[in-house]
Amino acid sequence: MPLMERGWSSEMRVPLSWLREYCDPPLDVHGIEERQTMTGTKVEAIHHHGVRSLDRFLVGGVLSVERHPNADRLVVCEIDLGDARPEGPATIVCGAENVVVGKSVAIARPGAIMPDGGKLEKAKLRGVASEGMILAEDELGISTEHGEIIILEEHAPEADLTPGSLLEPVLPIATEVLELEITPNRPDCLGIYGVARELHAATGAPLAPAPWSDDPGTAGAPAGAEVEVLCPDLCPRFTARVFEEVTVGPSPLWLKARLTAAGQRPINNVVDITNYVMLLTGQPLHAFDLDRVAGGRLTVRRATEGERVATLDGQERTLDGEMVVIEDAEGPTSIAGLMGGARSEVSGETGRVLMEVANWHGPNIHRTSWTLGLRSEASSRFEKGLAPEQCMHAQALAARLMIDLCGARLAPGTIDIGGEPAPAASIHLRAERVEAILGTPVARERQAEILRALDFEVRDAGDPPSGGQAGLDVTVPALRRQEVTREADLIEEVARIDGLERLPTTLPKRRGAYGMLSPTQRLHRRALDALIGQGLYEVVGWTFTAAEKLEHLRLSPEDPARAGAVELENPLSEDQALLRTTLLCSLLDVAAHNVARGIGNLALFEIGTVFARAQEPAADSVTEGAESLLAQVAGETGVRERRSLGVLLAGHVTPPSWRDQGGAGGRARADFFALKGVLEALCGALRVGVECIADPEPPPFLHPGRAGAIMIEGESIGWLGELHPLVSAWDVPGAAVMELDLDRLLAAGIAPRGYVDLISFPPLREDIAAVLPQEIPAAEVIGAIRGAGGKLLDGVELFDVYTGPQVGESRRSLALSLVFRSPERTLTEEEVAPVRERIVAALEELGGELRA
Amino acid sequence: MIERIEELYSEAAGAIAAATTSESLEELRVRYLGRKAELPQMLRGVATLEPSQRGPVGGAANRARQALEALIDARGEDLLRGELETSLRDDRLDVTLPGAPRRPVGRMHPLSATRRELEDIFLGLGFTVLEGPEVETVHYNFDALNHDPTHPARARTDTFYVKDTPTEVVLRTHTSPMQVRAMEAHPPPLYVVIPGRVYRPDSDATHTPQFNQIEGLAVDEDITLADLKGTLLAFARAVFGEEREVRLRPHFFPFTEPSVEVDVSCFHCAGKGFLRDGARCHLCKGEGWLEVLGAGEVDPNVYSHVPTTDRNAPGYDPERVQGFAWGMGVERIAMLKQGIPDLRLYYENDLRFLEQFG
Repeated sequence: MPLMERGWSSEMRVPLSWLREYCDPPLDVHGIEERQTMTGTKVEAIHHHGVRSLDRFLVGGVLSVERHPNADRLVVCEIDLGDARPEGPATIVCGAENVVVGKSVAIARPGAIMPDGGKLEKAKLRGVASEGMILAEDELGISTEHGEIIILEEHAPEADLTPGSLLEPVLPIATEVLELEITPNRPDCLGIYGVARELHAATGAPLAPAPWSDDPGTAGAPAGAEVEVLCPDLCPRFTARVFEEVTVGPSPLWLKARLTAAGQRPINNVVDITNYVMLLTGQPLHAFDLDRVAGGRLTVRRATEGERVATLDGQERTLDGEMVVIEDAEGPTSIAGLMGGARSEVSGETGRVLMEVANWHGPNIHRTSWTLGLRSEASSRFEKGLAPEQCMHAQALAARLMIDLCGARLAPGTIDIGGEPAPAASIHLRAERVEAILGTPVARERQAEILRALDFEVRDAGDPPSGGQAGLDVTVPALRRQEVTREADLIEEVARIDGLERLPTTLPKRRGAYGMLSPTQRLHRRALDALIGQGLYEVVGWTFTAAEKLEHLRLSPEDPARAGAVELENPLSEDQALLRTTLLCSLLDVAAHNVARGIGNLALFEIGTVFARAQEPAADSVTEGAESLLAQVAGETGVRERRSLGVLLAGHVTPPSWRDQGGAGGRARADFFALKGVLEALCGALRVGVECIADPEPPPFLHPGRAGAIMIEGESIGWLGELHPLVSAWDVPGAAVMELDLDRLLAAGIAPRGYVDLISFPPLREDIAAVLPQEIPAAEVIGAIRGAGGKLLDGVELFDVYTGPQVGESRRSLALSLVFRSPERTLTEEEVAPVRERIVAALEELGGELRA
Repeated sequence: MIERIEELYSEAAGAIAAATTSESLEELRVRYLGRKAELPQMLRGVATLEPSQRGPVGGAANRARQALEALIDARGEDLLRGELETSLRDDRLDVTLPGAPRRPVGRMHPLSATRRELEDIFLGLGFTVLEGPEVETVHYNFDALNHDPTHPARARTDTFYVKDTPTEVVLRTHTSPMQVRAMEAHPPPLYVVIPGRVYRPDSDATHTPQFNQIEGLAVDEDITLADLKGTLLAFARAVFGEEREVRLRPHFFPFTEPSVEVDVSCFHCAGKGFLRDGARCHLCKGEGWLEVLGAGEVDPNVYSHVPTTDRNAPGYDPERVQGFAWGMGVERIAMLKQGIPDLRLYYENDLRFLEQFG
């Protein structure tokens, strides 16, 4: 859950000076950061945009401009800095050609900290000392414009341009920028005014009227353009206005500065207006050069499968039938909600503009964006789902700016297809419910205050007579309609603004709760601890594997461990396309990694899930707890999961010592019996009896003569053995490996045991040596002895094996230690004698005899 | 005669006291008490003495002989003890050589160790531990958790899908599906934590396509957001130290309402954001807080997805039950605690890494 929303939150860069235009609480940037973060619009970072050391940036008057004596492209200027430089004018060398005597310019004096963080020093330029710099837009972080210096009269005709006065009130040259994390449920905060509303609710500072409240436009059908929407399900609203006599040119500095600070590059006034309005309202817009819209008519439709569209970024993209295009008489001009096309782009020659503001179906935009691998500022807003009402917010604001900044004439009328949806219904907020959920009371007046600040309409439902419940009747604003639909959503609004930091810390009542591991979970821990106690390192491998690796294990294509592997539809890469059917590959991967780094003595284990296509559900033996759930889920998903234990030993199994007989060559190496010792130690810790039998058809990755099946009550739960020499894709020489079904092992270990008196009466011990045909497995011999020994035989341990001339060819001698015991009495030789005779008889039946 | 006996005695006693080895002591025994020695001969010769002399001389000689025997035995024991001591000292080991190695213990993987630590904390707070399947249906992974049918998390870019299944099946993207399965299997009140492996198609220094979470879920009639805060404060102090504080920040998750992100005050800089030398704390990047998990009150819509059956009767009516849920990343907590810079180290399993933990 914590990482759940990664990538779906959006980053929003809000210049603080711009934000303060709409809500200006008496807090510094850190105070604002704290309020925003604690109420739901987290400040991820605070950036500084523009210059520092504001006292070093001044208005200067140009007194003279002369050619630089040693450089054709430079001029030497005398700049009046008034009282700021009482000793007289400053000499500044400049490379721009538009320095004019009598004009005011922006000056950086030595010591100034520039936007890139660099400090301006006095400099000698081709032999002439320069006391500062006459500034162009890029040098102030206003835009990337560098060709000309700023003539202040052109940009701030009404400002006080007294030489030597501070530049900062004349031009926007510095601001803090808040980098906000906007959660995907809050597209309203992808506009600065929305953020200002949050700040208003969070601080109580007044909120300025919405910047779109004054609309110079009119309703009704405009002349000169037509729009048709063929897919209203994916385009709930489409609005457009026509602007004539548009003069395309650079935007004013204040606008450029805001865009640049917000992370957008200024282009021209029309494009800048669309970006500015989007940043302020959260609603993307698109400006068409209407004269280049063929036929003056736009059609919104689903793309045809395989249709190709050239986008503004110079690429051609192939669409499918669920994507939406906007086309004119000559074909598609844009991919709806994502990116416009080059054909109808606004340029310096543009005279008529069609301003499109549409509402698109969010999930569809998200899908198109991901499918095409194309994200834009617009798509990242549309995909969250905007309110259709926002279209006209943007139209109103854009119209004002088009008129003011581009000298445009707004043609009467507005194309509006789809219109506004019905207002949201009222939600009842029960007064006591807030306290019940939060665990702390919030006064009803405070609840109402918070909701009103967030633009909800609130009516106190009073304390109605029986039948109703006291509380508030709340109407949701359009911009929140999609996401605030229930009482619980209102409670969240109250909680986050009232302040989660005010919540007390309490513990739940925990009625009937007791924290305890299940018997299986306790055994699981014991298994892990036992293996670690045996010197094994726990490793954690990848769930993902590749068909190639299973092939390296010499598994045939028909082998269930290969044929039954579960495949991913969308793996990160081909070698992660399957879910593992065995832990062996990842154990070998880990072993190979370490061997390659010179660590050759390995004792590793992993406990992890293995996956296989589910067999017939009935074939799955349902036991208890987690295991029965996995069997049930297999019926739902078609995938059977099991918890598996894998072990790998390689190299020496004991640490080296100066006391080793015969040096390192004498140390025990990882082999079948070293591994079987681990299995026996594990089973001892778990008190589980397992048997190991020769496997007539061992897995193909095991040495066929050194492989065994691990059995519990006649059923195989796994295998162990030495790796087949032809399994060579991993460079892990001489490894012994084991894997078993952990849940079945643990299930055998949870039966409770009663007390047996092993103390009161001493046992009778006897060692015997039996010579038997070599091919009879030791387990069979021990089994025969146990069978013959009956109740009195308490234990049989094999402690020596001898082959050699003394016992004859094809025979071997097994030395066994027998323990006879009765919990009721001390046994006598006479009692044991007949048992011993039966044991000898059983050995004789196997073709054996006691060794003299 | 008697003078001679006394003379012999004192001479022998002196020699015995001066003997330095068992061998020289044995020589003295022969010299003074052997068959041919003067004292025994005197004893044998007593019979030849005058009767009046026999008693005193015999008595004196016998006493002297017994006394000398006792002296020799005592001296002999002293000498033997000393000689043993000497020979033991000569049998000297280089005690600085390493001991005969027992098989050293192995190590638990740091993610297992962290998971167990977290399980134990919540066991102590009264939660039980459940595990669930890693392969899940879309129903449990998304639908029942109130994810809109078009929620971006469902996209092929955000979730692994399994081929050839009877219904839409995914590798679970979080441990949360077990919230619903747990409520289906047990009636309220319910207090569970759900550790396990989860998957998302993402791979870099801070994202691996598989990772681990621990989900928490507490549902009863009256479990509040304040209870969540108290529970997580207990967790934070158990994991990161008694001085820690938690703060809840509003956030958004589809299956909780209200939703919060939970920060723990930074244990490296004691929540100040900067270190004693004035440097900015690298761990919390100067914030003073570390984001550790997401949580919230369970969204009423999630309860609505839990059918009431015999197993969980009376079921989960959102008007009657309420509770909280959280999900925390095991790797995130392990990385913070262990100071691990790169998530991928956990899955590389280099023994030089593993031996430092567990």
